[in-house]
This record gives sequence, structure tokens and C-alpha cells, in this order.
Amino acid sequence: MTDSREWVYTEKVKDHFMNPRNILMDEKGYEADGKGIVGNIKCGDQMIAYIKVDREKGVITDFKWKTYGCASAIASTSILSEMVIGMKVDDAYHLSPKDIAGELGGLPEHKVHCSVLGDKALRAAINDYYSRNGMEDKITREEARIVCQCMNVTDRDIEDAVLDGARTYYALQEHTKLGTVCGQCREEAEKLLEEYKTKHFS
Amino acid sequence: MSNRRIYLDNNATTPLHPEVKTALKEGMDAYGNPSSMHSFGREARTLVEKARENVASFIGASAEELVFVGSGSEANNTVLSIFTCTLEKKCTCDRCGGSGVITTTIEHPCVLETSKCLIDKGVNVRYIGVDRYGKVDPEKLAEMIDGETGLVSIMMANNEIGTILDIKELAGVVHEKGALFHTDAVQAVGKVPVDVNELGVDFLTISAHKMYGPKGVGALYIRKGIPFCPLIRGGHQEKGRRAGTENTLGIIGLSKAVDMRRKEMKDEEERLLGFKTRLKEGLEAAVPDISFNGHPEDSLPGTVNVSFEGAEGEAILLYLDMEGIAVSTGSACASGSLDPSHVLLATGLSAEYAHGSVRISMGRETTGKDIDRVLAVFPEVINRIRNMSSAYKKGEK
Repeated sequence: MTDSREWVYTEKVKDHFMNPRNILMDEKGYEADGKGIVGNIKCGDQMIAYIKVDREKGVITDFKWKTYGCASAIASTSILSEMVIGMKVDDAYHLSPKDIAGELGGLPEHKVHCSVLGDKALRAAINDYYSRNGMEDKITREEARIVCQCMNVTDRDIEDAVLDGARTYYALQEHTKLGTVCGQCREEAEKLLEEYKTKHFS
Repeated sequence: MSNRRIYLDNNATTPLHPEVKTALKEGMDAYGNPSSMHSFGREARTLVEKARENVASFIGASAEELVFVGSGSEANNTVLSIFTCTLEKKCTCDRCGGSGVITTTIEHPCVLETSKCLIDKGVNVRYIGVDRYGKVDPEKLAEMIDGETGLVSIMMANNEIGTILDIKELAGVVHEKGALFHTDAVQAVGKVPVDVNELGVDFLTISAHKMYGPKGVGALYIRKGIPFCPLIRGGHQEKGRRAGTENTLGIIGLSKAVDMRRKEMKDEEERLLGFKTRLKEGLEAAVPDISFNGHPEDSLPGTVNVSFEGAEGEAILLYLDMEGIAVSTGSACASGSLDPSHVLLATGLSAEYAHGSVRISMGRETTGKDIDRVLAVFPEVINRIRNMSSAYKKGEK
């Protein structure tokens, strides 16, 4: 018999999925310094992140969360909570999905997009903290740039498509409808495709 | 593991029946090519033809109307592809001619993907929707069929929600309008009585591994007198309708599986219906904010599809797996795609509920103790997920 207990996920993912850390149980009694909600239940995952911050030191002292999603979404948020507690707010702000997936010992390719919510929720919570404390200047506007003019597809859309599994120009078109009208954006789209593949998967 | 593992994914595939295992072991010695004229070949041929008669009679067909194939998917691909051939008179079959197809939005991917491919090839494919239970309205179907419609393909029982469609009535409507009717019956054959003449279908798809037979073998019923053109060419096997040396062993297994179905199906149907009632009532009593999918009565005896508010399906599946309980889910996350079950969405279920859906499909090995254990484990698992869920608010309803 082969080992039927073998998982599609790493042991670390399994551990955090089975024993998630820092879930927010008492929503009403928790006074967060920043709160961020991202995702959408319709798309299958949603996440709320709450942070407490030591203002003097600029350090995150607590991170609590609630997540609706699959095992990798749950494990990603759980491990993220461990990663950011004690971290400088400004450093936490720049955590990437790759950092989270790396900490989990990797995620299956089609699951990487689940870890994207974690850092997005954290950034949303930090943005909330910044704006509550008059530090709006620190908020990085994540502006998207239109690549495909015909179908109104942005570089962010391309990045999301790559995270969702698009690896070829054709797959990118299937995901975003990009380049399906005049096709002028192909060269740039292909360049971005390679960039995001390197960024998230190499 | 202290607990026995509990397999509740019988709509995905079934364990081999012990009698089928025995038949397969014995069948391994029949290695001759059924097409060979010597005694080795003749022995294998005899086994294949006996199996053909047996499987055919199980669905009320005659042996010559049954073609053995490699899978249910192959049978479905065959019917869809050949009856929509756009070569129009350039090839030798008399049925070719770019006739249009109508199928439903809840078919198995092997029908839906093939139909998409047909569209690219210029075939006029249209899809008829279903009601909230997954049923097709015969009147709507009648309205859709026009002079161009050559084939209507509607599954007999849905793999995800278990709904049994009114094939007899739908086939009647289709024939009145002069088109041919195919039903993918892989989930129905072996679970409920199926008779091709009673149903009045022209084509019907069977799969062995959904009824305790081996994987990699199925059968396609083709009503006598209907012209046919093979998908796989290059051999005279199966009277030229499907090239490739017969999978003797698989065919023996399918035939044995059918034998066992004749003996066990009726009792099993009653037993599973009892379990199903217990499961539904038990879950409803122990877990708030749930809803059941599929038709309340016209449904496969062993299939329960349930949605949990605020709990995502893959998480449910994996927590249950940790307890040794195997189910499946309509959540996008478990499939690797981005969308949840197309079947649940087609019934009008919201994406949220589709993501939180679980299919429990019982089978001949399912016991009352299994049901007890499922009912003991489920509330705890759902509660655990909902406690960490951003999408579930306790007591708001």
C-alpha cells in the first residue's frame, strides 16, 4: 500500500490548516488599530485582517484574522499571523505572496493565488492603520496600468491571471480576454507574463 | 488509524466488487486476441460475446446494439462527434451533415467540452438550462428543437446532485420532432433500473467503474437501424464501430459487475434511500444554515449534495479526510479551476453556496455505522470552519 495519508500540501500547510493560529474569536471585544477586508465569498475566498500596533516602535504587536476559504487560504493566513507579529509595520507592508508561500514550504501552483489574499489583507489593515494615524503619505497607491486598451486589461489583471495559473499567452487571453481585438499589446503582455512568472514561481 | 476509513465518493468511482475481482483474476488467462481465428482467440471471443449479451440484456438491448468502449467519456465523445460531422457527404456515412446539437448546462465535462469543440468546428450547438432541481422542461426543449437539430444529448442522472431526469418524456419530445436522442447514463445504470426501450433512447452511455466494475471500460448502446460512423478507426472490431483490440479483461469485469447488479441493486437502493433520509435529517438537525441540492424525490438513492453557509468546500473535504471520511465538493478550490460547480450554478444556486457544497455519494459498502460516524463528525467540522470564517455570522438568521 502506498501512503494514503500523503497530502497535496506540505506538512507545514497541514499543520496550520489543522491548528490555525490567531483566529479572531471575539470580534466585538477586539479593538484593532487597523482592519482590512479583501476577497469575495463569490470567488471562493475572503479574508479579514486585524492588527494592533505599538505606535512608538512602529511594530505590529498582534494580528488576528478570519478567513473564508480553502486549506491553503486558511494556512496562509495562519502562518502570516505568526510572521508579522513583532515585525515592523513598514516591513510587513512589503510582504509578498511568495514570502508567505515560501514560509509554508511552497504551495501547489494552482493554489498560489490563495496566498495572495493574505498579504493584501495585511496591507489593507496597515493602510487603515496609517490613515487612522495621519500617515496617509505612507500609503502606496496600488495603481493599475492599462496594457490592453481594447479590452481594458491592466498589469494587475495580468498578474492575477498568472497567479491563477496562466502560463502562456494563450492562457492569459483565456483568463483576461486581453489581445483579442487589435492584438497590439501582445509584446508587452508577453513581457509582463514572463516578469510575473519569475516574480511568483521561480 | 483507529477508525475505519469511510468512502463516500461512489459517484466518482466505486471499489471493485469482490466477485468482479475474482472474475478478473480468472479472466487474465484469456489472453488471446478475440479477432484471432485459433482457439486462443476463439476463447477470448466467446467471453467478449457472452459479456456483450449480458450487458446488453441488462439495459433491455440486444447484443448487436452494444459497442464496448474505453470509458463513458469515449462513448459520449463518439456520439457527439459523429452526429455533428461537418464533412457533409464527403465521407461515406449517410448520417453526416452538420446537424445541430442541443444539450444541457449540467452535463459531464466530457459532453460540455466536446460540444465547445464542435462549436469551433462550425456545428450549431445550443444549451438548454435546468430548473432549480436540475430538471429539463420538456416543453422548453420542444420549442428549441428545429429542423436543423440532429441530436439531443441529456444525461439520465446527474453525478453531482443526483437528480434523475425524465428521459422517457424528453426522448419522446425529441423523436416527435425527428431528432435522435442520446443519454449519458453512467450514473444511472447499476443504481436504478434502466431499459433502453422503456426510455426510448437512440444512444446510451454506460461505464463499468461506476458500478463496482473496473476502470477503463464502458459501453455504448446504439439503437438498431441507426447509421453509425466510428470515432476510432482502423480495425474491424466491434463490427467496425470501434477499432482497437477489445479490452477482454475489462469487458469480463463489466459483465461480472452487471451480474452482481442484477442481484444486489434493488436491496441496495432501498438501503441507501434509508441512509439518505437519515443523513439529511441528521445533518439538518445538527447543523444550522444548510440547504440540500438536487431533486428531493427523483434522485439517485445514494447521493446527497448539501451546501453549508460560510464554510468552504475544500476545507470541509480536507477536515473530513483527516477523519478518514472521503467526500467531494463543488468548490472551485478543489478542482483547480476558478469557478465552482457548473451544475450547481446551472440550478441557480449562488456561487457562495456552490463553494460551500459537499457531495456524499454512498455505495454498496456503506454501512449504518458509517452514517453514524459521518453524523458525529460533520457538525464539529462545520463548526470549526465557521468559527474561523469571515463569511459566517452565528445566529444572524
